[in-house]
Amino acid sequence: MGKATTAEPAAPKAQLRQRAGTFWSDRLFRAVAMICASVLIVLLLFFAHELWQSSALSIRKFGWRFWVSRDWDPVREQFGALPFIWGTLVTSIAALLIAVPLSLGTAIFTAEVAPRWLRQPVSFAVELLAAIPSVVYGLWGVFVMVPWLREHVQVPLAQRFGHTPLFEGPPVGVSMMAAILVLAVMIIPYITAVSREVILAVPQAQREASYGLGATQWETVRWVVLRYARVGILGAIILGYGRAVGETMAVTMVIGNRPEITFSLLQPGYTMASVIANEFTEATSPLYLSALTELGLLLFVITLFINALARLLVWQVTRGEVRR
Amino acid sequence: MSRQFILAGVLMVVGALAISAWAPKRTQATTGGGAGKVQITGAGSTFVYPIMSRWSAEYEKLTGVQVNYQSIGSGGGIQQFKEGTIDFGATDVAVSEEEEKRFTRPFVQFPVVAGTVAVVYNLPGVTGNLKLTPSVLADIFLGKIKKWNDPRIASLNPGVNLLSMDIIVVHRSDGSGTTYIFTDYLSTVSPEWESKVGRGKSVSWPVGVGGKGNEGVTGQVKQLPGAIGYVELSYARQNNLTFAAMQNPSGKFVLPGRDTGEAATRAALKRLKQDIRSSAVNMRGKNSYPITGFVYVLVDKQPKDLAKSAEIKKFFEWILKDGQKMATELDYVPLADKVVQMSLQKLAEVP
Repeated sequence: MGKATTAEPAAPKAQLRQRAGTFWSDRLFRAVAMICASVLIVLLLFFAHELWQSSALSIRKFGWRFWVSRDWDPVREQFGALPFIWGTLVTSIAALLIAVPLSLGTAIFTAEVAPRWLRQPVSFAVELLAAIPSVVYGLWGVFVMVPWLREHVQVPLAQRFGHTPLFEGPPVGVSMMAAILVLAVMIIPYITAVSREVILAVPQAQREASYGLGATQWETVRWVVLRYARVGILGAIILGYGRAVGETMAVTMVIGNRPEITFSLLQPGYTMASVIANEFTEATSPLYLSALTELGLLLFVITLFINALARLLVWQVTRGEVRR
Repeated sequence: MSRQFILAGVLMVVGALAISAWAPKRTQATTGGGAGKVQITGAGSTFVYPIMSRWSAEYEKLTGVQVNYQSIGSGGGIQQFKEGTIDFGATDVAVSEEEEKRFTRPFVQFPVVAGTVAVVYNLPGVTGNLKLTPSVLADIFLGKIKKWNDPRIASLNPGVNLLSMDIIVVHRSDGSGTTYIFTDYLSTVSPEWESKVGRGKSVSWPVGVGGKGNEGVTGQVKQLPGAIGYVELSYARQNNLTFAAMQNPSGKFVLPGRDTGEAATRAALKRLKQDIRSSAVNMRGKNSYPITGFVYVLVDKQPKDLAKSAEIKKFFEWILKDGQKMATELDYVPLADKVVQMSLQKLAEVP
């Protein structure tokens, strides 16, 4: 008897699997799902291959120097990616630093704190933000945010802190700072909307148990809800980060497009996606095109690397936990 | 649940990246020519797009022939023409001898219209046209002249109240024919510019910030006191930007415009006769505006479809003869008569 009970949990699962194989509809369903998944993977491999092949010329000519060179001179055909890698990483990470606390706050507010009548309007407004095309963010950035930023933020900052490396140089409006802010505004709706759904999916019983133990609302949210939802929230952040890294139009319009490595937030910068968008259409020589494609490849690699890092983080976080 | 989110995120990012990296390369062109309506497809220069759409609309009214022009950029236009997916290409920079070798079939190229590039600025209190010499302009864009009240600018403009304000250079960030014309000019007038920067649709700018498109440069110059940039004349006019009178090789200070651009194309005739690829920058003549450039068209010399080729030829003949007067209305520069004659001669090589 005792033996039978320990073996029991495995039995229905195996039975179910056997059952699934017998119906033709299930077989069809499995096949369709598998095709869907493999199409994406094949597409991914195809892209990687094409990118690699089209950048062959540049890879052969510049080798690893492409990663570390600061030159970007289309006239003399000297190409280096470092300023673009720098610009991409700085703007996207800084945008995350601003967006994550704001988004999490908004998500917690709409899911846990806000009175019921306020929840729908707030989340609707947030989702509306996600639907705005990036060129509109760019135009808003150029005509509204940048002039305001220059006059009310950058000029005072430059006057007071102009001697520090972080705020060096003349305040010209278009800058790393402007790009970071536009990016932050653009990714907030994504992180908020996904985090909110994840928080809402936390079982009510968890909250009740926490309150039952005498926890305050803050303690419940911090130690029960967020802890339960953390993997999903991490997913939301990665989604937002992906958007920030790949965003092209809005960033190009406000960043100033200058391939230079600067620590100053007031100075113009450049991102990988921006330079591709800017120069691809008018690039004629094979080496130039190849260098631009190699930038695309680098962006691809960096994104994969960051995603892998995030997965590792997820594993680290969930290690030893019971699988849900 | 959470795993799915991550997977969805990863896939979306990868998909978006892949699309953004690859979308511009393959722009398909419909090559018409079925029964009934004749359809001509062209692609290339964004600079020529407004006048080209005007021409094709007017031409369709007259003849019923449809001309479909895609403004994908000069580089793209040349590429598509090379691959044979379009009937004609349009470019702000003539196809060089070296580039021509990579073509697998013979073609002709000739100017169809010209344009002037205005040097625009935003200087509080200055509403008139500043006078600038080529060397001063080059030194501003090289970052050697840093303040508006620099003695070299002040001595050219006596009586103008120039403030002690930082000069902020604004240039195009996207590859463009306008940038080519402008840097071609700077390279012609300044050996230092030529050796340090050179000419191209995208160059490594010594100073300044980049704006995307004519509208990007216009917007930044408009908002930033102390800014100086360059845009096609029509953008300067539409946005009420003040622009500079440039000194030409004959020593005269000339404003961009229809007549001064046309004078430059007339002066370029001699050079064009030697080499059709010649530019129209820095031409002599008391009325020639020095930053003027042509838009060239590429047409097949040995087409497969002779009937269609005849239609293409007729379209460009019409542009060169009747279409020129429309150029002025849109702030382009019509070609001087003799240049038109030369283009027609080139076009005659097309069967």
